[in-house]
Amino acid sequence: MSTVATPAPQSSAPARSLTMAQALNTALRDAMREDPNVLVMGEDVGTLGGVFRITDGLAAEFGADRCLDTPLAEAGILGSAIGMAMYGLRPVVELQFDAFAYPAFEQLLSHVAKMRNRTAGQLPLPITIRIPYGGGIGGVEHHSDSSEAYYAHTPGLHVLTPATVADGYGMLRAAIASDDPVVFLEPKRLYWSKDEITPGSVEPIGRAVVRRQGTSATLLTYGPSLPVCLEAAEAAKAEGWDLAVVDLRSLTPFDDETVMAAVRATGRAVVVHEATGFGGVGAEIAARVMERCFHHLAAPVLRVTGFDIPFPPPMLERHHLPGVDRILDAVARLQWEQ
Amino acid sequence: MTLLDQPTGPSASVWPPDAHGPRRDPAPLLPDPEPFRMLGTPAADKLDPELLRDLYRRLVLGRRYNQQATTLTKQGRLAVYPASTGQEACQVAAAAVLRETDWLFPSYRDTLAVVSRGVRPVAALTLLRGNAHHGWDPKAHRTAPLCTPLATQAPHAVGLAHAARLRGDDVVALTMVGDGGTSEGDFHEALNFAGVLNAPVVFLVQNNGYAISVPLSKQSAAPTLAHKAVGYGISGRLVDGNDAAAVHSVLTEAVEHARSGRGPVLVEAVTYRLEAHTNADDATRYRTSDEVVAWRQRDPLAVLERHLREHDLIDDAGVAAAAEAAEELAAEMRAEFHSEPELDPMSLFEHVYAEPTPQLREQADLLAAELAAEADPR
Repeated sequence: MSTVATPAPQSSAPARSLTMAQALNTALRDAMREDPNVLVMGEDVGTLGGVFRITDGLAAEFGADRCLDTPLAEAGILGSAIGMAMYGLRPVVELQFDAFAYPAFEQLLSHVAKMRNRTAGQLPLPITIRIPYGGGIGGVEHHSDSSEAYYAHTPGLHVLTPATVADGYGMLRAAIASDDPVVFLEPKRLYWSKDEITPGSVEPIGRAVVRRQGTSATLLTYGPSLPVCLEAAEAAKAEGWDLAVVDLRSLTPFDDETVMAAVRATGRAVVVHEATGFGGVGAEIAARVMERCFHHLAAPVLRVTGFDIPFPPPMLERHHLPGVDRILDAVARLQWEQ
Repeated sequence: MTLLDQPTGPSASVWPPDAHGPRRDPAPLLPDPEPFRMLGTPAADKLDPELLRDLYRRLVLGRRYNQQATTLTKQGRLAVYPASTGQEACQVAAAAVLRETDWLFPSYRDTLAVVSRGVRPVAALTLLRGNAHHGWDPKAHRTAPLCTPLATQAPHAVGLAHAARLRGDDVVALTMVGDGGTSEGDFHEALNFAGVLNAPVVFLVQNNGYAISVPLSKQSAAPTLAHKAVGYGISGRLVDGNDAAAVHSVLTEAVEHARSGRGPVLVEAVTYRLEAHTNADDATRYRTSDEVVAWRQRDPLAVLERHLREHDLIDDAGVAAAAEAAEELAAEMRAEFHSEPELDPMSLFEHVYAEPTPQLREQADLLAAELAAEADPR
């Protein structure tokens, strides 16, 4: 079900160990080398290399026109990227922080998401919108939002979020290769995680992955919460639970097939994400699981999410973010006594 | 030597001479205090009579187009129509000054400019008819879809013009905004980007005096809307939007200015919306009939026709020929809108993405079943 043409893998390049930030940087560099229509634009992406250094070195290699330092205006950035895409370029836009992406909202919802549909396919907009998101890095207000539900609620956008270093590379390559606009949410707190990538690999859009097989219950999660869920699954062994963990990776399109198979296999499910719960992606997932797996379920689907509060100050954020204990408490409530 | 780079004075002792980027003399960017006019002035004597006759024919066609679209709306053939009656000089000139390879970024009131680019009326009016969101091939006509959220198309024009320049293509983008649209953040951001990128863009502001009901006095405290250019390092031009020759002249210069790499231009054309905002609006609630009557004296079509007749540049046969062409256009519109548009409910799921998602496939099946039940309600 991938909508992405897979570029030929580069000559059996060996796997390399990188941080996620470096993997994203490598993906941008490889895409720019392969396709002269790909360009990067945003605030501080040029000379500085981005506040998280994701675009480090790109201006030096490709020049200021293909790694464009823009004025500080998110609607202008995304709006001008639309015009560039209409002319055949493939802009990769960096919006510096989750909560700084909101000024671009009208361009995103009214044009990026709708232009293909509006013009019956005559003006597709192959734009990748990279947004560092989520908490856990001690950021002050406006630097820690999990805004995925706004995007996932908008038809016409693909919403991807990698949780591993390899996916940072492979999924960003897929996003840039996609002829549909992609909101690419990068978990900031995983920027410094380290692992291997396979240069040239492209992960299909719309596929979830089972990160840990298990028999007792299934944790459904994505982005910054994946490592927390894997840690919880390890800790759960002491309680006698063998937890499966599914990394959704793609919020739209949603991989019902993989998710439902993983839930049916255990009969119990907990959805875990950082974003506030009410009206969140977890609510959609829980509803889909109830609609499709009701007769396989031994317990209601539970959600472990951030509280329904504005993101707290950094010194209090650990009380807001779902942690191992809150996940295990939810697992304990999955009606094991039956 | 300007105030900004004077070597003496308190600022020179505080700031290094090249501190924080270039300092530019604003004087060349400033618009004239009064709108530029040609018809009825000595400047008109130098105008090419054939250009004037061509503009006249376009205006006659444009007026008839507005009338016919309004009538079709009253007959229920269009869902809504925001007429450009009274603004036809801006509409036809905007299209006339562009090359085929240039791009137009219109707003919802600019269907006449779109028609003037060679798009058939039935296609230009698709959004307003309501059978689809858009009706022409944007790339073939180098004309972006009508934009409804105000001024949000302006940054698109900047991006496209910049992309064309990166590719080495000789392309200018012209975008059309109203007076109300100049208050939007996207308008400001587009001007700023255009200035910084030196993008070959022309911003045409049709100042028709009202944003639906809100008059310009409540919209902006700027000396003129053309002055807004100066803050972005862009040239501002002020023109009488009901003087077709002046609009054509100023826009021609603006497009060539942009094309030659000298930077973007903001043109404010002072005009008037003779009709209400749309057929659904009641303009008597916010403006007087005296005001409308006064502006009818400055009707762009009447102004040009008077000039042509006074200078013996057109005869009755020329007027009749233009009227006849206009009637042909109106008849074509009536014929095209007489038949009901073909609607395919299943098309709702096409073009949301390059390929439908599994979820959209499921929903398409649901609608198909509903349609089958409607067709065979047993």
